[in-house]
Parts: sequence; C-alpha cells; structure tokens
Amino acid sequence: MIKTLTSLGRSGVSNWLVQRLSAVVITVYLFFILGYFFINPSPSYQQWVGLHSSFSMRLFSLLTILSIAAHAWIGIWCVLTDYITVRLMGPKATAMRMIFQLIMIAVTLFYIVWTIDILWGI
Amino acid sequence: MNSLYSRRCDWGACAQRLVWSHNPSLLSVFSVESEPLYKKVISVVNSKRPVNLDIGTIKLPITSYVSILHRLSGVVLFLAVALLLWVFEASLESQQSFQSLKEYFANPICQVLLWGSLVALAYHVVAGIRHLIMDFGIGEDSFESGRCSAWIVVAVVAIAVVIISWWVFL
Repeated sequence: MIKTLTSLGRSGVSNWLVQRLSAVVITVYLFFILGYFFINPSPSYQQWVGLHSSFSMRLFSLLTILSIAAHAWIGIWCVLTDYITVRLMGPKATAMRMIFQLIMIAVTLFYIVWTIDILWGI
Repeated sequence: MNSLYSRRCDWGACAQRLVWSHNPSLLSVFSVESEPLYKKVISVVNSKRPVNLDIGTIKLPITSYVSILHRLSGVVLFLAVALLLWVFEASLESQQSFQSLKEYFANPICQVLLWGSLVALAYHVVAGIRHLIMDFGIGEDSFESGRCSAWIVVAVVAIAVVIISWWVFL
C-alpha cells in the first residue's frame, strides 16, 4: 500500500506501458536531435533558435520532457522500492524511501517547469 | 508453482531461491499442491549445507551486468537531465550565452561531466532498445540469445563511447 502510494500509475501494468511509450518518445527525440547535428554540425544561434521557436518543435520538446518525467518517476521508484527496503536497510527504510521519493518527485516537477520556462522564453 | 514443476529444478537451487526470497507465501503454495516436494525443499533449507548468498562472490553472467548498468545509467541520467537542461537553456537564452557554451565545452571539468552524461545516455538508450525488442518477443526465448544481445549492447555502446569521446574531447 505504502509502495503504490508514490507510484506514478498506481498499477504495474500501466507503469509498464507508460515506461515503454515514454522511452519511444525520448528515443525518437534523441535521434531527431542527432540527425539535426549530423546534417548541420555547428548551427548558428539564429538557426538553433529558429528550430526551437516553431510551435511543433516546442510541442515535441514538451512531450519529451513529460516523457522523461514519467520515465524517471517510474524508473527511480522501481530502484528505490528495490533497494531502500526494511530487509536491506532496517526499520527506518520506509521513512527513508518516502523522503527519497518526495525529493525525486519534486526534482521531476522542477524539470518540467524549467523546460516550459526555457521553451516559452525563447 | 507450474513453473517449478515444468522446469528441471535442482533442489539446492530451489531451496536457495526460497531462502533468498524470504517469502512465506511461497511455502503455502508448496504445502497445498505438493507435500512431498515441500518437505524435500524444507529439508534442504534446514540442512547444514552451506548456502552462498554473498552476491559479491558469485560470478554473474554478462546479462546481469548489462541489466544493473541499465539501472545505474538511469539513475545517473536523472541527475544528468539537470546538466542537459542547463546547456539547453544557455543555448537558447541569448547570442552571448550561446557563445559562452563553447568556452564551457573547452573546460576539462565540464567536458568530463558532459562525457559522463552522454555515455550514460548512450548506454541507457541502447540497453533500453534491447528491452523493447525483447518485449516484442524477439531474442527472449533462450539464455543464449539473451547473452548474445547483451554482447551486442556492449559492442554498440563501445562504438558510441568512441564517437562521444571524439566529439567531446577533440
């Protein structure tokens, strides 16, 4: 119960699916950026801003940071619930894990807000 | 339970798995469906036979290292996102900040941080693609194919590391 409380999708199946869909979005974005640098190895500031100020690119970047957030949330949650356990760390493990999870969630939300700030501040 | 029946299972491994998992619910499954099996496993568990549970002394297959590095690189990437977002912000903020990135990229400490982030990213993506391919049922039929794809991951990442090193340091 205390484990599912901080889980993103509250269920293993939905987490499984979100983890994979978000992975695909992030990978496509990564290969898009790699392709861009392959065609244009050292873009000028104007070219770079031009790329990222278009609405479709902003949407793509936003979708990617949301995917990163979901992916990291699920991934870190898995790692924490595997290693910060009462069996491995003793009775304080549950409290420790909750603190780590809350930090993780705060950092994740901060990343999203930061990215929106960057994208709509161009 | 079915998987325990169908697999050719040696009692030592079974017992070890029980000790390892500390999972009492597993014992109840044994007792309901097969009392003799349950008793046999329990007798092995209770015997004075030494059981090695120190993972540091067990020789792990390549698949284990690929798996644990996928986790490790994921945790590293969670922190690296901050660095990458900072670079992203500087690249878009103004002409000056865009130019200043070139100076940062010449700084050895920044180079090492960037190199580490990109290597973690390359590793996580390549090992992640292996997972996705396996989710489609390809190459997950035998331990041999798993070991083979794990080595492919190592090889592809090695090439990626060479390219990243060349790009960051030269």
